Amino acid sequence: MSAVLFIFFVLAGLAIFGAVALILQSHPIHSALSLILVMLCLAGLYLLMGAEFVAAVQIIVYGGAVMVLFVFVIMLLNAGEEERTNFSKLASFAGVPLALALAGLIAAAIANSTRHMPAATTGELTSTRELSKLLFSEFVYPFELTSFLILVAILGAIVLAQREHH
Amino acid sequence: MFLIVPIIKIALLVFIVLTADAYLTWLERKVIAHIQARWGPYRVGPHGLLQPLADGIKFILKEDPLPEGVDKKAYFFAPFLTLMLALTSLAVIPFGPDITILGYKTNFGIADVNISLLALFAITALSVYGIALAGWGSNSKYSLLGGLRSSAQMISYELSLTLSVVGVLLMAGTLSLKEIVEMQHYSSYGFLGWNIIGFSKDHFGFTQIIGCICFFISAVAETNRVPFDLPEAESELVAGFHTEYASMKFAMFFIGEYTAMIAVSSLSTILFFGGWLSPFPDSWTLTHYIPSVLLVPLGLWIIFDGIRYETIFGRIVLPGLGTVLTVVGAALFLFPAANEIIQGPFWFFIKVFAALFFYIWMRGTLPRFRYDQLMDFGWKFLLPVSIANVVLTSAVLLWRSHG
Repeated sequence: MSAVLFIFFVLAGLAIFGAVALILQSHPIHSALSLILVMLCLAGLYLLMGAEFVAAVQIIVYGGAVMVLFVFVIMLLNAGEEERTNFSKLASFAGVPLALALAGLIAAAIANSTRHMPAATTGELTSTRELSKLLFSEFVYPFELTSFLILVAILGAIVLAQREHH
Repeated sequence: MFLIVPIIKIALLVFIVLTADAYLTWLERKVIAHIQARWGPYRVGPHGLLQPLADGIKFILKEDPLPEGVDKKAYFFAPFLTLMLALTSLAVIPFGPDITILGYKTNFGIADVNISLLALFAITALSVYGIALAGWGSNSKYSLLGGLRSSAQMISYELSLTLSVVGVLLMAGTLSLKEIVEMQHYSSYGFLGWNIIGFSKDHFGFTQIIGCICFFISAVAETNRVPFDLPEAESELVAGFHTEYASMKFAMFFIGEYTAMIAVSSLSTILFFGGWLSPFPDSWTLTHYIPSVLLVPLGLWIIFDGIRYETIFGRIVLPGLGTVLTVVGAALFLFPAANEIIQGPFWFFIKVFAALFFYIWMRGTLPRFRYDQLMDFGWKFLLPVSIANVVLTSAVLLWRSHG
């Protein structure tokens, strides 16, 4: 097994472990930490594919900013442990077969697509310079629109939070 | 060879940094003491020089109680995370130029990544968790308040920290710290090429003094140091997020904080003060003897101070230390090859030392911010100024590239 493949399996295994732990943990903070583990492993996988910029941004934005807010809110609300309630009847009957079916579907889709797909085109889109050139030339309108959308969302959040003063 | 050299480098760097951390605490206590007209540590060893060792032994031997009702996973994981991230951040910092020793080409630094700046910011972004988890996991109101304050503060100041660097990036056109330093090299003008002056080869530069000030202030806030040390404000929160920690686990937070200080000082050195570059023009070759000229008198002075020291122990240790420094200085003078290798790390060390001294100086001088002042300052002053710096720098660069 080559070193790259070995690192891939370690990271993928950790990511799956984190994702399962995210659901099984009973405390919200532990769930959030598991999600951070998933994010970090994904960043590692991006790095393995040579996409350094995406990997760094994955950690800065998702691992850092977004998840810090999650953890912050959970800590601020002092959310306690979840209690196990009775599952809905539908979930206990149909849950496992449906999950298996979905997993099979995704696996089949992946198996089909790789047969026709050319080898991964690393090196073209991965460097930070190329990525930013594309963002600010070809995709400049979608990019700017997205930033505008986020700005609107921030303003909306501030307006909602200040509603009580009027 | 593929693995051995990095492992030796990592071991060496960790050893140097941990020792530097220990003596940084000594320096801090000594300098603040002198600012406040006291003596500082003076009892353990000559001039208190063995105080860090005594502190270390105390940390190891102290009882390590486990408070009731803690969240064990978070409580044990937090100090490890803090220390680990702080040490990891040093891995991408270049301490000197590429060199060739005995035919083997290598560099000062562990990993030469071409996105090293982003990697550093990624590590900084994660370091919030150490403090937040410590605060939450300790099951104590003081710790929780400290942890919450810290997360809010670090999120707020991370914005201006990142934005204040953009001006440098615009000029350098790269995310590699090594290339950012090399870009500041302007052979016949020495320190005028550094980003803080911004006098570059093709006149394609603009002074980054605003960015530098914003960066340094945000960096102090990111490392939770005075005047931004609200997460551990003694007068309100006992000791903030590490109230419930004792013994080695407390020491890990402590070492993590000092290592982060070293990392941030190194980063500001690289971004704004020319990294390992000498402040003198390349043609002034006599300046290459500055390390020897500083080391030999320092060593002789320590020997002289040592032979008339009060204690017998000091009369042995201090002259020994002085002799080592004198011999090293003389050896550098006699072996030009070794002297050339040491130039880069020497200037890097001097600049980082100056930045660290500034940190300590601030701690001895400034009072702590109030919480609302802290948030106002971060969001309403520092962030707009950093953004203005980005706009100004891009405008000047655009104008110069056309004119």
